[in-house]
Amino acid sequence: MEEILQANGLCKTFTLSRKQQRIERAQTRRKVAVDNLSFSAYKGEIFGLLGPNGAGKTTTLRMLSTLIKPDSGDATLCGYSVVGQPAEVRGQIGFLTSELKLEDFFTPNYLFDFFSRLHRVDPDVTARRKEQMFARFGIDRFAEVKVANLSTGMKQKLSLVISLVHDPEVVIFDEPTNGLDVLTARTVTDYLQELRSAGKTVILSTHIFSLVERLCDRVGVIIDGRMTACGTLDEVCGGLSIEDRFFEIYKEQKGGAE
Amino acid sequence: MKSNTWTIIKKEFARFFGDRQLLFTTVIMPGLLIYIIYSLMGVGIKSMVSQGADEVVTMRVENLPPSMAPLLATDSCLVVVEQGFGQEDVDNLEDKSVNVVLARFPEGFDSLVAAYTPQAGVAAPNVEIYYNSANNASLRVFSLLSGGLTAYEEQMSNRFDINRADREEQKFDQATTDQVLGNVWSKLLPMIIVMMLFSGVMSIAPSSIAGEKERGTIATLLVTPMRRNELAIGKIVSLSSIGLLSGISSFVGIALSLPKMVHGDASDLDLAFNYSLRDYTALLLVIFATVLVMSAAVSLLSAMAKDVKNAGTMVTPLMMVVTLAGLLPMFQSGASHSLAVYLVPFYNSIEVMVGLFAHELAVVPLLVTLAANLIYSVAAVWGLTRMFNSEKVMFSR
Ligand SMILES: Nc1ncnc2c1ncn2[C@@H]1O[C@H](COP(=O)(O)OP(=O)(O)OP(=O)(O)O)[C@@H](O)[C@H]1O
Ligand SMILES: [Mg+2]
Repeated sequence: MEEILQANGLCKTFTLSRKQQRIERAQTRRKVAVDNLSFSAYKGEIFGLLGPNGAGKTTTLRMLSTLIKPDSGDATLCGYSVVGQPAEVRGQIGFLTSELKLEDFFTPNYLFDFFSRLHRVDPDVTARRKEQMFARFGIDRFAEVKVANLSTGMKQKLSLVISLVHDPEVVIFDEPTNGLDVLTARTVTDYLQELRSAGKTVILSTHIFSLVERLCDRVGVIIDGRMTACGTLDEVCGGLSIEDRFFEIYKEQKGGAE
Repeated sequence: MKSNTWTIIKKEFARFFGDRQLLFTTVIMPGLLIYIIYSLMGVGIKSMVSQGADEVVTMRVENLPPSMAPLLATDSCLVVVEQGFGQEDVDNLEDKSVNVVLARFPEGFDSLVAAYTPQAGVAAPNVEIYYNSANNASLRVFSLLSGGLTAYEEQMSNRFDINRADREEQKFDQATTDQVLGNVWSKLLPMIIVMMLFSGVMSIAPSSIAGEKERGTIATLLVTPMRRNELAIGKIVSLSSIGLLSGISSFVGIALSLPKMVHGDASDLDLAFNYSLRDYTALLLVIFATVLVMSAAVSLLSAMAKDVKNAGTMVTPLMMVVTLAGLLPMFQSGASHSLAVYLVPFYNSIEVMVGLFAHELAVVPLLVTLAANLIYSVAAVWGLTRMFNSEKVMFSR
C-alpha cells in the first residue's frame, strides 16, 4: 500500500483572547489544539479522524490543507511538504469545510470556470468535467442561478464540486455531512465512496460514529489534540462497536490525565 | 503567474460591472450627484444675485439735492417721490414685503457739504436712509444711493488717485488671466480630485477585501495553488481601475457643472481652463499613481480589519489626513520646491497638481512622485501578500 499522506508530530497552539479564555474557562492563555499528532493514510482509502468537539480535528485538517502552519512537525502529501511546498500541496488536494464560502454574486457555471482556471485545468477538460459533475449532483438546472439564491444543500453540493474541479488525488473533508438532510448527506457519502473506487484518498473528520462505521477503512481517534488510537476499524475496535470502544478510550485518557 | 492575476482581475470586474446597483452607486452617482448639486448651486447663486433687480421700489426723499437726481434716474425700476415722511413710515418698513426706501437729506445738502471742513469741530452733514436689508429690492436701492454718495464724497475731497488709467489699455496688474485663474484652480482642484478618488476607492476596496474575509470567500481562494502575491496584485490593480472610474465620473461631473457655477457659458470656461496636452497627460499620470497608492493603502487596512464595518473605522483617520493634505495648498503659494516633499504619499500628488494647475508643472517632482508611488504600491503588494499568508490576519477569530 502506497502511503500518500504522512503527518509527523504536528503541533498547533493558539493564543486565546481574554474573552475566549473566559468562555473556555481556561487557566492559561495558551490552548494546545493539536499535540504531537502523527498518522498515515494510504492511497485509495477513506481515513476518518474521529473526536469530540474541540478535539482538534478542524485544526489538523487546516494544517494538512496549508491554510495554517504547524508550530512544529510537518506532513507530506503526495510527496510534498505542507510546510515547505504549500502551493504544490494545494494543487494535489481538494479541501472542503463549511468555512470556505462561495461568493453569493456568481453562478455555479462562472465559479466552476473561475476555479478551474486558478487550478490550471485545460478548458476542454473543464467543460467536460463541469457537465459531468453538474449532472451528477443535479446542479445543471441551477447552473445560472446566483449562489445567493441556492438552497443550503445545493450550496454544499456546489462547494463539493468546486473543491474538486482539478480532480485532486487527496480530498480533505471537514464534517462532510454537517447540516445536510439525509438525502443530500447520502449523495455526498456515496460520492466519497465513488472517489475511493476511483483510487482517490479521502481524509474526513467527524464526531458521528455511524459515519465512521459505514465509510472509513481506517480511523484515528483524537482526544484533546492527541492521537489516542489509530488503525483499521477492526484494529481500533477490537471486537467492540466503535461507540463503545470510543468511550473506553475516552475514559482511559481522561482518567490518566486527572 | 500573470494569468492568475488576470483571472482575479476579470473576476473583480465581472463582480463590479455585473452588479448594476454597485455600478450605479460608485460610478454613475458621484458624477451625477456633483453635477446636480453644483448646477443647483450655480442657479441658486445666480438667482440670489439677481433677485429684486427688476422689482419696482418707491423712494420717498426729503430735500433731494440736485447732485443726486441723475444717479437715481439710472435705476429704471425706481419711482422717486419728493415728499417728507415720519416715524410711522419708518416703522412700516419692518414689513419686508414693502418695496419702499426712505431718504432724508439736510436742507441745502450740496452747499452744506461744499462748505464743510473736518477741522471745524462740528458734526458733518448726515444723510438718513431707511431700508430693509431682508428685502432684496430695498437693499438694491440702498446700495445704489449709499454707493453714489460715497463716490460723491471721494470726488469732492480728491487729493490723489491710485492706478488711474490715463491711456486706454493701460494695465497695472501684470498677472495674466492664466496666472490668476491658475492660482484659483491650484488651490481648489487638487483637493477636490484627491477627495473624489479617495471616496471612489473607499466605496469598493473594503467590501472587496474585508468583505471577502468576513464572508469566508477569500479562504476558498487561498486553498487554490495560486500564489498570494498574484491575489494581492489582482486585487490592487482591479480596485485601482474601478476607483479610477469612480474618480473620473466625479471629475466629469465637476467639469460639466463648472460653467453653471461661474454662470457663464462653455466658451468662458475654455478661456479659464487653458491647459496644454502636456498638462493633461501629467494630470492623468498623477491621478493613476494616486489611485494606485490609495487602493494599496486602503487594501492593506481592509485586510487587517475584521469586517467591512471595522475597515471603515480603520480607514477614516487616513481619510482625514488626506483631506488635511488637500487643504494645505490654500495656505501656500505655488508648489513646493523641496524634492523630499514629493516622497510623501498623497501629499506629493497634491503638490504636483498644485504646480500643474498654476501652469508651473515641473518634470522632476512629477517623476519623483510617480516613482515614489510605484515603489509604495509594490511595497503594499508585498505587505498584502504577507497578510494573505498570515493565518493570524486571515483566520483569527
Ligand atoms: N484560531 C483559533 N484561535 C484560538 N483558538 C482556536 C482557534 N482555532 C481553534 N481553536 C481552539 O482549538 C481547539 C480545537 O479546535 P478545533 O476546531 O480543531 O476542534 P474540532 O475537533 O474541529 O471540534 P468541532 O467538532 O467542534 O469542530 C478548540 O478548543 C478551539 O477553541
Ligand atoms: Mg471542527
